[in-house]
Amino acid sequence: MTSPVLAEPDGRSARPVYELANVCKYYGERGVVALEGVDLTLREGEFHSVIGSSGCGKSTLLKIMAGLTPPSKGRVMLAGKPVLGARPDIGMMFQQATLFPWRTTVQNILLPVEVREGRAAAEAARARAYGLLELVGLKGFENTYPSQLSGGMAQRAAICRMLIAEPNVLLLDEPFSALDEITRDFMNMELQRVCLERNASAFLVTHSISEAVILSDVVHVMSARPGRVVRSIRIDLPRPRTLDMVVLPTFGAHVSEIRHLLDTGALP
Amino acid sequence: MSQPVQTRAPEATEPALPDTVWAEKVSWVSLVPRWVSMAGLLVVFLALWQIVTSAGIVSQLILPSPLDTIVDLGFVGRNLFSGDYMLAAFWVTAREVFWGFMLALAIGVTLGVLVGETSFGERAVMPYIVAVDTMPKLAFAPLFVAWLGFGIMSKVALAAFISVFPIIVGTAAGLHATDENARMLFRSIGASRLQTLVKLKIPSGLPHFFTGLKIAAISVVSGAIAGEFLGGGQGFGELIRVAASQLDTPRVFSLIIYLSVLGLVMFGTVSWLQYKLVFWQRTPVTGTRKASQ
Repeated sequence: MTSPVLAEPDGRSARPVYELANVCKYYGERGVVALEGVDLTLREGEFHSVIGSSGCGKSTLLKIMAGLTPPSKGRVMLAGKPVLGARPDIGMMFQQATLFPWRTTVQNILLPVEVREGRAAAEAARARAYGLLELVGLKGFENTYPSQLSGGMAQRAAICRMLIAEPNVLLLDEPFSALDEITRDFMNMELQRVCLERNASAFLVTHSISEAVILSDVVHVMSARPGRVVRSIRIDLPRPRTLDMVVLPTFGAHVSEIRHLLDTGALP
Repeated sequence: MSQPVQTRAPEATEPALPDTVWAEKVSWVSLVPRWVSMAGLLVVFLALWQIVTSAGIVSQLILPSPLDTIVDLGFVGRNLFSGDYMLAAFWVTAREVFWGFMLALAIGVTLGVLVGETSFGERAVMPYIVAVDTMPKLAFAPLFVAWLGFGIMSKVALAAFISVFPIIVGTAAGLHATDENARMLFRSIGASRLQTLVKLKIPSGLPHFFTGLKIAAISVVSGAIAGEFLGGGQGFGELIRVAASQLDTPRVFSLIIYLSVLGLVMFGTVSWLQYKLVFWQRTPVTGTRKASQ
């Protein structure tokens, strides 16, 4: 069996990026419990996934982490500071590319810079945007409109937009689930490369077990109603991961463990 | 012909199976140019109209024949282009339509942004707008005459009053039409309310806004004419009223046809603006069908 190349499993050496303690979210008058007692620590350079059936509160968790919605209880710390609203040091991606059809591809990518620092800064970052586009294989599409891009190309452009402000943490809400499987595998490897290159930390919401296992250092399995993390599983596959690792016995063992947890209603 | 992969040698005399090529059913209408089918329909319509009137099925006093109407169209056209009293009347109505539309635009966009962007507008103002919108607006015409007199202002006010609601609704609906993910994205990059409005909500709301604007561009002409019917004046509405009272139905028809030019110009201008501004979502001018991707 191959030993993990990354830091030791408990990861004590790496600095914590996200620290969540007892995060709860209740909705409505009757206090429907969307999330209950979520504790997790995401360390620098780590890739975590959260997996669960729909309605288990995983997207709510991501929104709380991004500072888009407040928790009802508990505390969220990002880089040692409490999260009390949207933070400039994170990059987000959603299932839809959400490119704006009235902006060219490069203008879409420069949007975060334009919003935070103004047009002049966006103009100055143009060269960097071109570089990112080249990195994801979209060279030559800089000045086309998103309607000219296929689904996979649009998501690659969305990756560039997420990376333009050089965030330390990536929050990914099923970013490739609308793509076909072949494209998705390719994009996942691209995502890994991007994270390894920048030593960025990532938190991925997904409902694909194999995607979670192949990408992650830690997979958090969530149960629904109330949404809580049932088990956090450390994936001891070496980095960089490759697509043919799916045939390794370790991979299969992790997949069946997670599947079993999900099948049994993710009850502890 | 490419050879299929076969495990046994083909018999030299084996008869080839026929291709299964078959014709898709296509309506013959879609095979001729569009203008041909349009012109054909017009000819059939005019012919039927002529038959109905010249056979005496309907009295000429009630329905003039198309030929009479065309003759009168020529008369009204000559009057208009020689700058006679009809041109003066046309300009009166054109001014009412233009200023009515501008007033509706200013008020409609202001109220639409208030309703679409602020919680106060949505929660407190919108119910009143809906309440007024459900009232029969033409019934307000005598009030406008009482307040603003028999001049052009009362017609401008009625035209604006009738066409302002589609603009309010279109603007507000447009500002609400923003995709949930797009709003989250803007929040996650720390966009201010003004930035979100200018860079996200307004551009993504433009198609809805223009839908409202097109409805307004057409109803504003009706508003001006109704104002003239109910409040007098010197516009085309007055000419129509007088012609109708004299049972001069060919004149009524030709006045309406020239009047439709006003509506066409309004609608065409708005459509052209939409085509230029909403370049990422171009639909045919009629706006009844989404552009095929």
